[in-house]
Amino acid sequence: MLFDQILQYCLSGLSTGAIYGLIGVGFSIIFNATGIINFAQGEFVMLGGMLTLLFLETLALPLWAAIPCAIAASMVAGLLFERLAIRPLRQPTPINLVIITIGGSILIRGLAMLAWGKDTHALPPFSGNDPISILGATILPQHIWILVVTVFIVAVNRFYFYHTISGKAMRACAYNRRAAGLVGIDVRRMVLFSFVISSALGSIAGLIVAPLTMTSYDVGIMLGLKGFCAAIIGGMSSGIATVIGGLLLGILESLGAGLISSGYKDAIAFIILLLILVIRPQGLFGKAESERV
Amino acid sequence: MMKRLLAVCSAMAVCLLMATASLASGTIKIGALFAVTGPAAFLGEPEKKTLEMLVKETNSKGGINGMKLEAVIYDTGGDATKAVQLATKLVKDDKVAVIIGPSTTGESMAVIPVVEKEKIPLISCAAGIKITDPVKHWVFKTPANDHVAAEKILNYMSHHKQKSIALLTVTDGFGASGRDQIKTLARQKGFTIVADEVYGPKDTDMTAQLTKIRGIKPDAIICWGTNPGPAVITKNVKQLGIKTPLYMSHGVASKKFIELAGADAAEGVMLPAGKLAIYDVLSKNDPQFKLLKEYDHAYKKSYGSEASTFGGYAYDAFLLTSNAIKRSGSTPEQIRNGIEQASRLVSISGVFNMTAKDHNGLDLSAFEMVRIHKGDWSMIK
Repeated sequence: MLFDQILQYCLSGLSTGAIYGLIGVGFSIIFNATGIINFAQGEFVMLGGMLTLLFLETLALPLWAAIPCAIAASMVAGLLFERLAIRPLRQPTPINLVIITIGGSILIRGLAMLAWGKDTHALPPFSGNDPISILGATILPQHIWILVVTVFIVAVNRFYFYHTISGKAMRACAYNRRAAGLVGIDVRRMVLFSFVISSALGSIAGLIVAPLTMTSYDVGIMLGLKGFCAAIIGGMSSGIATVIGGLLLGILESLGAGLISSGYKDAIAFIILLLILVIRPQGLFGKAESERV
Repeated sequence: MMKRLLAVCSAMAVCLLMATASLASGTIKIGALFAVTGPAAFLGEPEKKTLEMLVKETNSKGGINGMKLEAVIYDTGGDATKAVQLATKLVKDDKVAVIIGPSTTGESMAVIPVVEKEKIPLISCAAGIKITDPVKHWVFKTPANDHVAAEKILNYMSHHKQKSIALLTVTDGFGASGRDQIKTLARQKGFTIVADEVYGPKDTDMTAQLTKIRGIKPDAIICWGTNPGPAVITKNVKQLGIKTPLYMSHGVASKKFIELAGADAAEGVMLPAGKLAIYDVLSKNDPQFKLLKEYDHAYKKSYGSEASTFGGYAYDAFLLTSNAIKRSGSTPEQIRNGIEQASRLVSISGVFNMTAKDHNGLDLSAFEMVRIHKGDWSMIK
């Protein structure tokens, strides 16, 4: 009995954790390219779900067409956000940029509220609703979608950052913007790219989770914060470490809610965040950086 | 010359005075505080729309006793501090005769000292029991108390010999109040609470709590929250294959809940529902049937969406007010007395019987137990 309970906690934790991880990767990509935390990342998660719904219901597209349309529309939103809010800034100190992203998130949320109202909406599951039993624990087909998409995204990310020119260029910007500029990398274009990529990731996370958790104009706040936690645990890496951070967070949350008390579920996440920031600010898997003069 | 000027001036002044006087006797100002934006907007928005619709309708029929109504509606954003400021503004600047709202319990409690001091009747649209218990001279409320809904569930359970309860409540005001009420009532009625789990209003997965509950094997699960949490829970229950009877609160008594959870997962979920949500399965002889149907149709015609229980709270408040004005007059004092004397007043939330000791006036008959069957409500006994 206890075994399948624990297995259930872990499986539930894995699927929510995968979402946290995906959102976290979006945070890290922008952080690495620009050095800022994009607090509007959660809103792209919301846009993913809401835009899919828009294409699906209002424009009556089939699901397989609505999803790419929603991702593309979110990427346009990310592009506009960078162009209109981030780039025109005269003195782009990190604190100004961070505050702009917070303002941007409030704006996007407000627009979504006006456009779609305050109601919660449900997306249909991608492939059925019949639970699948694994050793006494049950998951839904949608959970498998989430896990598969997460693995796929991690693989694509890995390929992009290590085997393509623009991915390598973005990593170069992450290491040293000035030097990257000096060797002829267009840093501003890389920043734009980072916003487009992470808005795509955010919207993918938003639309694959929406059939389970439903979506509304304000889902981005909490999911964004959890994704941020995942990114911190993963040491702001734009690859597997952040996803592992998310999975860890999801599993600990679920085990905490099940075995300790459901009242402390969110507290567990934020205690982990604080502990990591105090003890290992470079993330669980990172090596401590030494300042070179 | 001087004299003539004086005469003209005084004549003008008299005219002006008369104009204001006639204005004062010709319109009754109804103040309203609703959380039209912010986290409680799902309450405030239908409340505002309902009140606007009713005032327009009443005025087009010639007003009450020949007097026109004027609604002064402010948006509190769900913020108690703002609600207090706006309540003061309604009383001092707009000089309203009665205040409808606020939408939430927190705001209502904050506004109560203002109206008690200024002696203006307040008809709150929030459900919290402490608003009218203990009774305050100037304060009424229209939603039935949470414990009435809880009692409805527990009565049904004891009828079906279900003795142990697993609680799963949301960590906001609504959930906390429901949790307290169920615990107290369960103790009085001899139920045992075997699990007491909670979840956050924005949580997206409750399988952990439900897995724990599944291990305990209670006779029934009672979930207390408003959308989307209960819809997620309903899906999770289906996913985990839990066969234990699942009860929801009256907070999800709308078609929206079935839509979110999916008719398949929601099959068999039981809940106490206000009669507006289920009027199409209600007996035609029910005293409220005609009014509920009219309200729903009028709301659909004006706004193109279904009327909600929350809008119904504003409807009740308006009906109590207009009834009181008809009966006893239009000063704040007269309106207050009129509201307190309302008896067998058929409205949306129920049939109101106000007394000096009961400023809510609703009993168990305000709710009906329903089960969700094939995506629709069916009455259960």
